[in-house]
Amino acid sequence: MSETLELDPRDRGGPAQPMLRVDGLKKYFPIRGGLLNRTVATVQAVDDVSFLVHKGETLGIVGESGCGKSTTARLLMRLMDPDSGSVVFDGDAVGDLRGITVNEMRRQMQMVFQDSYSSLNPRMTMAESIAYAPRMHGLGRKEAYDRAESLLAQVGLNPRQYARRYPHELSGGQRQRVNIARALALEPRLVILDEAVAALDKSVEAQVLNLLGDLKEKFNLTYLFISHDLNVVEYMSDRVMVMYLGRVVETGPVEQIYRHPRHPYTRALFASKPTLDPDRRTTEMPLTGDPPNPINPPSGCRFRTRCAFAEAVCAEKAPALAAPLHGDYDESSPHLVACHLPAAQRAMGAHHV
Amino acid sequence: MSHTTMDEFATGARPAADDVPATAAPGYWKSVGQRLARDPVTLAVTLVLIGILIITIGAPLVTSYDPFAGSVMARLKPIGTPGHWLGTDETGRDLWTRLCYGGRMSLLAAILPVSISLCVGGALGVFAGYAGGLVNTMIMRTMDVFYAFPSILLAIAICGILGNGLSNAILALAVVFIPPMVRVSETVTTQARQLDFVEAARASGTTTFQVIRYHVLANVLGPILVYATSLISVSIILSAGLSFLGLGVTPPQPEWGLMLNSLRQAIYVQPYVAALPGLMIFLTSMCFNLMSDGFRSAMDVRLSK
Repeated sequence: MSETLELDPRDRGGPAQPMLRVDGLKKYFPIRGGLLNRTVATVQAVDDVSFLVHKGETLGIVGESGCGKSTTARLLMRLMDPDSGSVVFDGDAVGDLRGITVNEMRRQMQMVFQDSYSSLNPRMTMAESIAYAPRMHGLGRKEAYDRAESLLAQVGLNPRQYARRYPHELSGGQRQRVNIARALALEPRLVILDEAVAALDKSVEAQVLNLLGDLKEKFNLTYLFISHDLNVVEYMSDRVMVMYLGRVVETGPVEQIYRHPRHPYTRALFASKPTLDPDRRTTEMPLTGDPPNPINPPSGCRFRTRCAFAEAVCAEKAPALAAPLHGDYDESSPHLVACHLPAAQRAMGAHHV
Repeated sequence: MSHTTMDEFATGARPAADDVPATAAPGYWKSVGQRLARDPVTLAVTLVLIGILIITIGAPLVTSYDPFAGSVMARLKPIGTPGHWLGTDETGRDLWTRLCYGGRMSLLAAILPVSISLCVGGALGVFAGYAGGLVNTMIMRTMDVFYAFPSILLAIAICGILGNGLSNAILALAVVFIPPMVRVSETVTTQARQLDFVEAARASGTTTFQVIRYHVLANVLGPILVYATSLISVSIILSAGLSFLGLGVTPPQPEWGLMLNSLRQAIYVQPYVAALPGLMIFLTSMCFNLMSDGFRSAMDVRLSK
């Protein structure tokens, strides 16, 4: 369990091979109605999303509610089927004849849900919940429960105290620790944390974040960290991906995104971030209006209806992710932004350092 | 590290009590049992039902009369007649004996159809609820067709097609009870399926069968069983009704519905005696109803301290 990344026998492509390569992921939800239950509209929940997750890193996904963060997570776990797009796990296409099956992928990729209570079976004790997946995958009863107890200890819960407890007997923070232990029970390599700390109060949240950091080192994990909380994402992530209305608008290393956000939406998002430092007071105009209806998203750039810089070109075609259009970045920069306008990318609010 | 001590605080494990094994919390079914034990009404009706069951199964032990042999001399005796403490029926057979033996048929014709529909309908409903989509629509719309008929009419029609007799009546009632059983189990399964722990189980790469067995069934079995118990009370009345109409048990077999029918003509001569089979039907049906109510409230309570 404690072998290093290079020694992990499951590592196929070496450290340069991305752990996860997502290409053109798309999910539209049909809205049915009218005569004969026809499809009258579609919600474009996730539209052409592509990204990489490198081995050993934490990729943060941020965006406001309804931008497709959680749908992306569910698509990756195949809890729902994507309309199109491919997922390649460590060089193996998922669901492809020459690749690995969905179930093989699920053994290496696990997920922690937001609601710590409803993600635990109320009829199972903590040890049973954690031991469930290993047992179903053929581990003996004794071994599975030993592993469950050891994992409980790893997440900071004394097995003698908690192994035989039911979910309603634990606090939210304790339950989320159990959920983390449950996700680790199959010894996954990638863990998707879908708003895993959002429902916890601040002091508990900090402890769970620290725990996640410790576990990442101990088990050589790669995280996909989904959250709407910008501070938490900054604290956890190596790289950040910003989503808006089902599309990726900007992605890059965490310092660059947080210090030099390029996309007008990213900047507006950070401008809305509360700060306790009076020297970093927000002067940028807040965004007005709600996000547009994803049933009929704006043509071209989806942000243009709320963007102060929008021009004619923005309505005509959707901007592709590309290196920022001016100045201080070279072509090989991992910082990518989906915006047509150099002026919009250059304009800077006073909030950044 | 300062967060280590915070950790201990948050996990609620005080160092002194750290290594004391926790007293095991009662499991779900155990806590249901505890709540039932504290519910006097449910306890009472359950005892009454057990009493009825013992008397009917042990009928030869509680009466010395032959349920088929009557005496013309002793026709329609009132309640309290020496030798026949519940009176006699229109052919002079001891009514207490007839009631005891008749309960066998009545209970069999009530419980067996519900058991069959529980197995068939429950499985179909859980399958429909878990599969969702087109499979769900096909199963549920087919069930809706049966809903178009009132249940007693449907039972009579099926009996009419199959011909009378106990086994046909049981089969007819089972068919009648399958659609509501499917509907109830489909509803609870659809709800349970959307819970995060079912998603988490699916995400752990286990098979559909394992997810249903360990995660869905444990959480839907309670409401389905409660509904099945409440169906028994309906089933008693319906099967008695079929016998009353001559579609179920055939004379001279003792059965409560049939006895009610044949004593009907004596209602002006011996009204109390004639009412006794009806009273038994009412009592048993009500007890099953109250018992299912008790189960429902005992299971409904969220697991909490």
